[in-house]
Amino acid sequence: MTAVLDRTSETATVSRPGRVRRRRVGDMIVPIFAALAFVYLLVPVAYTVVFSFNDAGKTNLVWQGFTLENWQNPCGAPQVCEAFANSLQVGVVSTLIATALGTLVAIALVRFRFRGRASTNLLIFLPMSTPEVVLGAALLAQFLTVRVPLGFGTVVAAHVLFCISFVVVTVKARVSSLDPALEEAAADLYASPWQAFWRVTFPLLIPGIAAAALLAFSLSFDDFIVTNFTSGSYTTFPKFVYVSATRGIPPQANVISSFMFVLALAIVVLVQVLGYARSKRLRTR
Amino acid sequence: MTSTSTAPAGTADATGGAALELTGVTKAFGQFVAVDDLTLAVPSGSFFALLGPSGCGKTTTLRMVAGLEQPSAGTITLGGQDVTGTRAHQRPVNTVFQSYALFPHLTVGENVAFGLKRSRAKDVAARVADGLDLVELGHLADRKPSQLSGGQQQRVALARALVNRPALLLLDEPLGALDLKLRRQMQLELKRIQTEVGLTFVHVTHDQEEAMTMADTVAVMNHGRIEQLGSPADLYELPRTAFVANFLGQSNLVAGTVTERLTKRGLLGVDVRGTRVLVPTERAVSSDGAVLVGARPEKMRLLVGDQAPGRGDNVLGPGTVTDVSFMGVSTQYQVEIPGLGTFGVFAQNLLGGATVTVGTSVRLAWAVDFTFGLDGAQARDDGAVDLDDEP
Amino acid sequence: MSITAALGDSVAGVSAEPPRRRARRAHLFLLGPGVVYLLLFFVVPVGALLATSLYVPVPGGDVGEYQPAFHWQNYVDSLTQFWPALLRSFWFAFLATVAALVIGYPMAYVIAVRARGRRLLQGLLLVLVVAPFFTSFILRTIAWKQILADDAFVVTALHFLHLLPADARLTATPFAVVSGLTYNFLPFMVLPIFAALERLDSRLLEAGADLYASPATTFRTVTWPLSMPGVVAGTLLVFIPAAGDYVNASLLGNNTNTTMIGQVIDARFFKVLDYPTAASLSVVLMVAILVLVGVYVRRSGTEDLL
Repeated sequence: MTAVLDRTSETATVSRPGRVRRRRVGDMIVPIFAALAFVYLLVPVAYTVVFSFNDAGKTNLVWQGFTLENWQNPCGAPQVCEAFANSLQVGVVSTLIATALGTLVAIALVRFRFRGRASTNLLIFLPMSTPEVVLGAALLAQFLTVRVPLGFGTVVAAHVLFCISFVVVTVKARVSSLDPALEEAAADLYASPWQAFWRVTFPLLIPGIAAAALLAFSLSFDDFIVTNFTSGSYTTFPKFVYVSATRGIPPQANVISSFMFVLALAIVVLVQVLGYARSKRLRTR
Repeated sequence: MTSTSTAPAGTADATGGAALELTGVTKAFGQFVAVDDLTLAVPSGSFFALLGPSGCGKTTTLRMVAGLEQPSAGTITLGGQDVTGTRAHQRPVNTVFQSYALFPHLTVGENVAFGLKRSRAKDVAARVADGLDLVELGHLADRKPSQLSGGQQQRVALARALVNRPALLLLDEPLGALDLKLRRQMQLELKRIQTEVGLTFVHVTHDQEEAMTMADTVAVMNHGRIEQLGSPADLYELPRTAFVANFLGQSNLVAGTVTERLTKRGLLGVDVRGTRVLVPTERAVSSDGAVLVGARPEKMRLLVGDQAPGRGDNVLGPGTVTDVSFMGVSTQYQVEIPGLGTFGVFAQNLLGGATVTVGTSVRLAWAVDFTFGLDGAQARDDGAVDLDDEP
Repeated sequence: MSITAALGDSVAGVSAEPPRRRARRAHLFLLGPGVVYLLLFFVVPVGALLATSLYVPVPGGDVGEYQPAFHWQNYVDSLTQFWPALLRSFWFAFLATVAALVIGYPMAYVIAVRARGRRLLQGLLLVLVVAPFFTSFILRTIAWKQILADDAFVVTALHFLHLLPADARLTATPFAVVSGLTYNFLPFMVLPIFAALERLDSRLLEAGADLYASPATTFRTVTWPLSMPGVVAGTLLVFIPAAGDYVNASLLGNNTNTTMIGQVIDARFFKVLDYPTAASLSVVLMVAILVLVGVYVRRSGTEDLL
């Protein structure tokens, strides 16, 4: 016990200044490195946002001067808004399908023991460990074989595929953190299995399902590689940006991207602050 | 409470609950037999405890009664009605879960109302209020479970089950998560509520003291079977197996052989390594061959020097005092008798403080009437588990 | 934090056995739709890919017309032609994974351990980690290209400091491609490590500090081993997409020594209409990654990840 006290007093007081200072400097190395890493992570984001205000004309490569015109007229460049709308549509539809299918699978995997559980887990894992280019190539090979016209439908089908696995693992974590006794308590209180699910299990899964849906949407909205293979002439926002990269990307693309960024950031910050405020309120009550 | 007894269909009338009967119930999980051919009758309106170490099958039994597990064989009847095969939500049985299993997304009031709403009861609001008043939590109806203390959560779980006026209330180690003081308090309260509502309570616990203070009838379970069933006093004073003798309180057991039958006096003479010890015949499980002779520690007295035993006392020893623990109300001695092992003796501190010191040579004396005889084939230490190790 | 849950239960830390249930076939209704979907849009297409990889051109047909066959020679041909791109893909992905680990671990450590107890700061830092997800991945890659451009600040500064030879550049180099890969997949490294470190009991660290005294030893003996599941998940989440990526290589690279296998597959499919070669390269890539992942997971002792 005394040894422990001695050691803490050594670092806490100035009885050995040299050692204390060394610990302090050492303490700062990791945060400083992390701060630099954050800069690395955020500089391209900042660059994208800044260049949405560039008075660039057609190719947004060099800083020409500040303007609000791009923001006032985000659909000013041809096809930008059409691609954006397509991406939103694909994102919403794929998210809904993938979240519904994935949630059901996740519940089954956690709550039931059945033959083929291991192979189902493998089937969920495989798409996640397959590079997008292979997924895209496989789907394209399939679509070509059965001669499906490429477009909205094939893109959604592809996006649902790569979203499902992520939904399953996300919701699975939530399901397995639920006390199985809760469903038993519901049954014990005269709730049929159907009522127990809707009155108890589902409400408690909502945070997990919402997280999974957000993840699915962001995966779908930002996907380029699989989309490129399965879209034919259908254009999503990332595809539009990639294709116009050779000719020069209009600043309106930066506007839309920045807008999404600010919107998402606002939502996340709001959720964080609300959660923080609520936990504070609970503590004081 | 009785004034609001608009019980939903399927539950018993408000006074008394229903009798529970298990007949030849067996539950196997693969190779493992959790409950082995269990037959049990719980009279209506009683407070019944299933007591046993973890893994003895008591919780599995409870879950089968609740309908959360189905027996591999046997039948379960409730108020004379066969409920085997029906599922949990179809049975007029409610459970207070070990983890309480309160719904975290619902308020206390909504938790209590849950069962009433499912069974489409009338006057839900009034009954919820009554139920919360019964556990003295009426003022917390709008809180979420996470905002309550452990003891309060426990009461909500109780109110949530009781408010449905079930034919049978099951309690699965409901006090296990509470600290000692709160546990004692809740034991008294549960007993009060049971008397007040007059329902049949089946209480599962590994805490022998809890079982003894609360229940009218205790069934001691071990390895999926019932070792002994009876009132707490009967079980304590006259255990019929070494397991019960050791699990319910402590016992001093020594092996011996029946050498004579004093039929007139109703006694058996048992030879314990050369010493004759008498056992009342009706307090012995078998009347010949190898037996275990037992007596409770508080029934034994220390004889120091040439102090004489009382008339008709059994005497063992001499031995040496190896440990003295002063416990306030009493003093606990350990006495080592060569060839027979260690004995525990609890002495009331009538004269204040310990009177015998470590190293003293003593003999042990106790009344023949308190002696019991067990099957000699059983292990002396069967059931002698350290309760502190129990989860 | 959903991504942290990716790649399995061991990351989530919950491995409780599911309660025994009598099979009531309820699981079939729950599983059915999802499993059928995956069979239809994953297993069958991979089968189609395998079939396509063995096709031969229709004799006398147009470019892009193929017929079913078992022409295993396709694999030999495409590998002899494109093995450098395949090897380079794995090499670049490996470099990017190591770089992301070196950069991402301290970030995760600072968020999970140093910011522990300060919920608002922790939340803010986590938002910053996922922030890049909210802007277009391709726009960010292009931004990265502009930042590394010859006349931009970074290169000018490096030239000025003589850290970069006067005639050297950063764009269109392997360095640009690897740094782009690292950049794009960095959050996938940070989040699982964060999740693992966050679950780490502070008292363990204190006990470690008490027993070993030196922070470095505490890290090596306590923190690092306990964060292993997060590290394994993170490295997989970076390596797999990086190995198949071609956006970085095509936007940040040149056409000689940065070509990755994804670019080849894309070009064979869309420019040359050489479906069998593209398909055979895809199959090789998929199998190679699965083998590598399997070996890696087995060696790191986190098999329950699967």
